[in-house]
Amino acid sequence: MRRFASLRMASAGLGALIVLVVLIAAIFAPLLVPHDPFAQDLNARMVPPVWMTGGGPDHLLGTDQLGRDYLSRLIYGARISMLIGVATVITSGLIGITLGVLGGFFGGRVDDVVMFLITARLSIPLILVALAVVGLVGSSLTVVVMTLGLLLWDRFAVVARTTTMQVRTLDYIAAAWAAGCSRSYILLREVIPNIVHHLVVVATLEMALAILLEAALSFLGLGVPPPLPSWGLMISEAKDYMYFSPWVIMVPGVALFVLVLGINLLGDGLRDMLGATRDA
Amino acid sequence: MSGQAPHPAPILAVEGLRVRFGGGTQAVRGISLAVNRGETHCLVGESGCGKSVSALAVMNLLARGATRSADRLAFDGTDLLPLSERQMARLRGDKMAMIFQEPMTSLNPAYTVGSQMAEVRQRHRGGTRAAALDRAAELLAKVGITAPGLRLAQYPHQLSGGLRQRVMIAMALMCDPQLLIADEPTTALDVTVQAQILRLLLDLQRELGLAILLITHDLGIVARMAHRVSVMYAGRVVEHATAAELFAAPTHPYTHGLLDCVPVPGRTRRDVPLGSIPGTVPRITAGFTGCAFRERCAHAMPVCAGEVPLRERVPGHAYECFLPADWPQRSAA
Amino acid sequence: MLKFLARRALLALLVMLTVLTISFGLTRLSGDLAISIAGPQATQQDVEMIRKAYGLDRPLPVQFASWVVSAASGDLGRSYLYHEQAATLIKARLPITLTLGLCGLAIALVVAIPLGILAAMREGSLLDRAIMLIAVVGQAMPSFWLGLVLIITFGLQLGWLPVSGNDDWRGYVLPSIVLAFSAIPSLMRLTRSGMVDALASDYIRTARAKGLSRAAIVLKHALRNAAMPVVAISAVQLGFMLSGSIVIESVFALPGVGYLGWESISKNDFPVVQAVVLFLAVIFILLTLLADLLNAALDPRLRAS
Repeated sequence: MRRFASLRMASAGLGALIVLVVLIAAIFAPLLVPHDPFAQDLNARMVPPVWMTGGGPDHLLGTDQLGRDYLSRLIYGARISMLIGVATVITSGLIGITLGVLGGFFGGRVDDVVMFLITARLSIPLILVALAVVGLVGSSLTVVVMTLGLLLWDRFAVVARTTTMQVRTLDYIAAAWAAGCSRSYILLREVIPNIVHHLVVVATLEMALAILLEAALSFLGLGVPPPLPSWGLMISEAKDYMYFSPWVIMVPGVALFVLVLGINLLGDGLRDMLGATRDA
Repeated sequence: MSGQAPHPAPILAVEGLRVRFGGGTQAVRGISLAVNRGETHCLVGESGCGKSVSALAVMNLLARGATRSADRLAFDGTDLLPLSERQMARLRGDKMAMIFQEPMTSLNPAYTVGSQMAEVRQRHRGGTRAAALDRAAELLAKVGITAPGLRLAQYPHQLSGGLRQRVMIAMALMCDPQLLIADEPTTALDVTVQAQILRLLLDLQRELGLAILLITHDLGIVARMAHRVSVMYAGRVVEHATAAELFAAPTHPYTHGLLDCVPVPGRTRRDVPLGSIPGTVPRITAGFTGCAFRERCAHAMPVCAGEVPLRERVPGHAYECFLPADWPQRSAA
Repeated sequence: MLKFLARRALLALLVMLTVLTISFGLTRLSGDLAISIAGPQATQQDVEMIRKAYGLDRPLPVQFASWVVSAASGDLGRSYLYHEQAATLIKARLPITLTLGLCGLAIALVVAIPLGILAAMREGSLLDRAIMLIAVVGQAMPSFWLGLVLIITFGLQLGWLPVSGNDDWRGYVLPSIVLAFSAIPSLMRLTRSGMVDALASDYIRTARAKGLSRAAIVLKHALRNAAMPVVAISAVQLGFMLSGSIVIESVFALPGVGYLGWESISKNDFPVVQAVVLFLAVIFILLTLLADLLNAALDPRLRAS
């Protein structure tokens, strides 16, 4: 275990680096892009990336079927992925942590209700319902965030519930009770700070999941609407051309894979560092 | 209890056994002991002194990350050191068996008592499962379990702690071992059950001529069970003697302190308060020299930081200390 | 045990009711159903007619009650698109999704369990790290993209397997692999952690002290205990895989239940959307109940109580 500690640190560092790079790309997208990501150039369609024959330095990652610069779209796509990831984690985190902490702290009837909600949520076919909501309400970034936020809180709830249960029985909570602290004080000042490291790990996992799900929804045509450069949508639009120029799906696909991998590596690293539960 | 003449060739001979852990801790630092046929040899000491680790090292059951070495490790004349894990496995459960402290968790929860007992017999002696189950039923009866046929079909969680330890003992006897290593077999049990299990071990030993290496921290058990005793402290055997000798004339200051801590029938005087040993056992890493007990010892001298001699008080009773054999009498006077 | 199962069954029933409500509510999200059904060219009269014909003029609670009652009797409504019972449509497509799900689960188990055991046996080694890296990579792989990459590689460049459709068994190979990929990480982690705990347990030390062979120790004593949660979770995983097959079925153009759901969502075929959501949820609920039963059957401690 100890022998490969440096290896673990290295993979966590790599994850952090990936996330940081994508975050910078997302924040400073307008300053970084070489071209307008929405500008079509019908004379320069399907230009391959610079390292392939036919590619050139003007379009480092090539162009799509409408002649839009792939690199610029990729950088703007990072915005969408990060936005979806962060906004979903905030929404679902608020729901899940509230439910989980209440269930774990109060137990009894409250916990029964929370467990019922978690079970019900898990029984709902995730992708199908997300697709249906987006399909029926209409596709937009807000709808996707709200839908994913309302659907992805289960793991937050499960982890918050079990960790709260563990913390509740510890001596310092008993001491706080004995000292006459109020319930809300104990919840906010004693319980939450002692489970937050578990929740941080869940947050990374959920962020990765949200990004993957948004990509899948957009790929199926029921996520972020065109012409927004969501990576999933880019893959979807490119798939008709992949038979002749496979790179069109490789570029956004690899970006998606690397970002999610980075978040997961960071999450694993945090788990080791913070000593969070293994099953989080 | 003692008085039996020691058999010329011990069933288990250990010389210079060392166990090192990954972190650099030296858990066992060159101990020697000999278990004679048909005798109970008690290895006694505080928790963490390396007694369980020594037993596991003899059986080659150490967890990963721990390495053993020894000058000599012989069982019934066979040198165990060059044996492969496969060859060692052939001996374990057959000629040498071991039982553990935790009867609640030492049996596999997923299999019946019968199946766990039968597999030992079939592994080492072959034969049919039915024959092995017959043998298991016979042994359950021998360790005092009523309705053995019923118990064979039960799962471990259906049995009490005392019953499980009886099952463990019966399982250890499946192939008529010559040596039984019992690692704190009664520590986790209620006092009354403890007494029953000890009684059982005594009876089995007498009946089967079993050699037992009994590991315990409980001097009461030592007084009841042991023919010979080795006292361990921080990875060393600091004193060994026959049980009678040890209780009559403890010579190492640690043994002395240990005996002062617990009431031993016939030895502890009513008018003297029970003692205690100040401090805790040090963690020993590479480069440590001298007596590990010196920091807690009331008689420590500057020389104690150097190589400590092994002195013989009488033949068969040795201790590792600079103090002369008659220091207790002198300090009492 | 019986009490526990009764509790679980009651919970399942309540969850079922919730799912009914949700799948009903889903289709009302778009506002006026009648306008959606009638389409953009319809006149006011057309809309009114449709509203009457489909019973949409009744109050919502009445509509809900009648949908629940008919759903309970197996009538999940008629498709606007195919003019057939939604249940019939699902039934026709179920074999495809089920084949896909079971093949995917089989592949996932065959890969995940041996790798999980191997990682646990060499816990902390480079091999362990390498195997766990597979899990991390698998978790990060977008399944639809993996599907496309496999189509390009094995369908087009190597020409070994068909790129889409289900004309014969070969059409299931790639989609099953992709589906398996999504389940492998969690099954592998679970096997590994179960085996690590089992191998460090006292009963394994006993098994070693009994002189059993390495194979018997690992496969008989440790795996038997580590496998209990894995088997139970496999049932739940199958549920996830069945409901997750929607993405893979659309990538590989496999006309299964997921594909039906996707198609009916894109074409505003509300009764079928409702029916598919309900159907997949019920399957999932039944599979979790099965997981509980499997757990109880495998663990002697649960079986007896």
